[in-house]
Amino acid sequence: MSLEQPRQRDVGVTPDGELDYDELADLLEEYLLDREEHMNAQGFVVRPDEVAAVLETLREEAGFDHLSLVTAQDYQDRYESIYHLKKYSDPTHELSVVVPTTRENPLSQSAAPVFETANWHEREAYDLVGIEYDEHPDLRRILLPETWQGHPLSSDYNQDQPQIVPLREQADPMEHKTQAPDEQDAMFVNIGPHHPATHGVLHLKTVLDGEQVVDVDPDIGYLHRCEEQMCEQSTYRHQIMPYPDRWDYISAGILNEWAYARTAETLADIEVPDYAQVIRTMSAEMCRIAAHLLAVGTFALDIYGDFTAIFMYAITDREKVQHLLEDLTGQRLMFNYLRLGGLAWDLPEPREEYFENVRNFCEYIPERLEEYHNLLTGNELFQMRVLDTGVLPPEKAKDYGCTGPVARASGIDYDLRRDDPYGYYDELEFDVVTRDGCDNFARASVRLEEIRQSARIIEQCVDLLEDWPEDEREIQSNVPRTLKPDPDTEVYKAVEGAKGELGIYIRSDGSDKPGRFKIRSPAFCNLQSMEVLAEGEYIPDMVAALGSLDIVLGEVDR
Amino acid sequence: MSKEQELHDTLEQAQSTQEARMGSGTDDRFNSKLREAFGASPFILTKFDQFMNWVRGNSMFMLLFGIACCSIEMMHTYATKHDLDRFGAGVPRASPRQADVIIVPGTIVSKFGPRLKRVYDQMPEPKFVVSMGSCTVSGGPFQEGYNVIKGAEEIIPVDIHVPGCPPRPEALVYGVLKLQEQIREGESAPVTVKPYELEEFGDLERDELVQQLANEIDEDDLVMRYNWVDSP
Repeated sequence: MSLEQPRQRDVGVTPDGELDYDELADLLEEYLLDREEHMNAQGFVVRPDEVAAVLETLREEAGFDHLSLVTAQDYQDRYESIYHLKKYSDPTHELSVVVPTTRENPLSQSAAPVFETANWHEREAYDLVGIEYDEHPDLRRILLPETWQGHPLSSDYNQDQPQIVPLREQADPMEHKTQAPDEQDAMFVNIGPHHPATHGVLHLKTVLDGEQVVDVDPDIGYLHRCEEQMCEQSTYRHQIMPYPDRWDYISAGILNEWAYARTAETLADIEVPDYAQVIRTMSAEMCRIAAHLLAVGTFALDIYGDFTAIFMYAITDREKVQHLLEDLTGQRLMFNYLRLGGLAWDLPEPREEYFENVRNFCEYIPERLEEYHNLLTGNELFQMRVLDTGVLPPEKAKDYGCTGPVARASGIDYDLRRDDPYGYYDELEFDVVTRDGCDNFARASVRLEEIRQSARIIEQCVDLLEDWPEDEREIQSNVPRTLKPDPDTEVYKAVEGAKGELGIYIRSDGSDKPGRFKIRSPAFCNLQSMEVLAEGEYIPDMVAALGSLDIVLGEVDR
Repeated sequence: MSKEQELHDTLEQAQSTQEARMGSGTDDRFNSKLREAFGASPFILTKFDQFMNWVRGNSMFMLLFGIACCSIEMMHTYATKHDLDRFGAGVPRASPRQADVIIVPGTIVSKFGPRLKRVYDQMPEPKFVVSMGSCTVSGGPFQEGYNVIKGAEEIIPVDIHVPGCPPRPEALVYGVLKLQEQIREGESAPVTVKPYELEEFGDLERDELVQQLANEIDEDDLVMRYNWVDSP
């Protein structure tokens, strides 16, 4: 949906912009084994040794330039990797490439040569499920310690077996490195996992040449809380909903809950009343404001180096929006407010007072943004520090599957709220903020402007809610007490989270719990582009680049 | 002069020195019967300890340490509105070597366990631990996870537990105040059984798992062994 028209029509798109799976099947005829029907898209089954060729063809000929997620799972008789493909120009064009492998020899060709982002996704699949990827550049564990025994999401894993975790396992990151230049000048610095600049428990293995970063390898998994296992153990109806709050925990809870709600509602075919959608939209945008405020505040912390004005201002403003959210949901951080098919409860009484509070907050946002712009983007020191550092060219951003503010700051006009509308977004007016700077400055500036857009959306929602007829305030549709979707239904749906495209894949197994629950974390994909951002930069600029990516480890590690 | 005589003289001299210092005559303030009974040093030392405890409780340097969701609420506790600094406990230090108190704000997973122990070991004595959130009490909502340590007390001793998921800033402030009270009263950290100690890999019992990892891990490497079956 971007303004510039593609040069020619992609293969598999009808003249009126619909996706034509038959034409795609013709394109892939020599590779295609079978076709599956998933709820969001069709799945093309291909041989495990032709993955790269298939994905290459789909990207070059059919325009599928966004590898959103790689899901790995094991069945009784086989392992399966699913490559969920989308287009940056239109995310409603989806296609799943399904790659089965045998249980005896779970070896599948890697997609990393085609999409950089597949590198980490496949490492995770290897780590948790145990599928091995041929020709993968660096196939080792990513979330669990190197010495872990077994693959915890595979069916034959014994959770009670003892494990040994060494402390010094990453003491010499150089051993695995090949791209470090002349060894005499190279120096290795471990940043983290306990370090104020890493925004949590992230470990950066950096190779330095003097003060410049030659190579950086983020080592994640220090907050891998088995979220996928937890969700697979819980029932659809109520038990899963509290967990999304804890993925992106920077007050972005409702955005995450919505990702689960959207997927499960698609899976079980549940309608959501319009009134509930408006409240969802309003509260989600409040969460986005809170999340972006913290991103901006901690970014300033990284740049200016102390708990100074901007950080404190950001926290003060967060307190205000958290107060509104607390009035609405009863919680400051872990809201657990959405329900499948609606909401937990209606707006707080007295409604007029609540609306007035929200309006006051929305009016207050633009003047605060003025202040932030004065302190940050308008500040010469800040500009000198962040302009033209941490550059992420748009092609690279697409290659790494970047989404959200990170992608939009690289000029990629991609926002699921507009391009794949859900909730009440298609009825509301807002601009998708993009910047062409591709640098740290652009990313900070995109977030600041998105705060303004979110406030705009909230105001429109309040207008709608104020005029909503009293007898039509339906907050919950009829949903069966126990949800049991048909067995082997597969669905992948995403929403625009605070950090980008937050997607969830669910495969039902006929019971009231998901057979496979896979989370597409935007921060996970964005963090992977760190090696592009940091290479050749000075150390402080690398720290700034990390801050501008705005990762949250709960979501990276899940 | 015999040895005994020498000793006797020294003692007598010491006695007289003390008497000389205390002066003659009665002085209510310094020459009380109590002081005579106890001698000089224990009395003053007790007082000094109390004084130190009082000082410690009112000037605590916190370790700047974020793990998970709770660290967001911890930041709010440090920042405006709640402002932990009001209670003399709001100076976050980035290095464990400068910190007195570590707030453990989040889920501890297997990969982070050894590092948490290392960070704790790097803090100078006396040190105190506030565990924040249900995850550090028992593993919280993630207790059944294959990778989650069932509470901070498996790894380090904890003085104060603040439950909640996450606790509100007010709750953390209350927890810190309780810790200060405890320190002022001179109560030391409870010594807990710590099943997961760092040990040298070479010292581990040669069972199947150790044999299997023998090629991957150096004998001198510090390791932590998780026996999931034994943890609560």
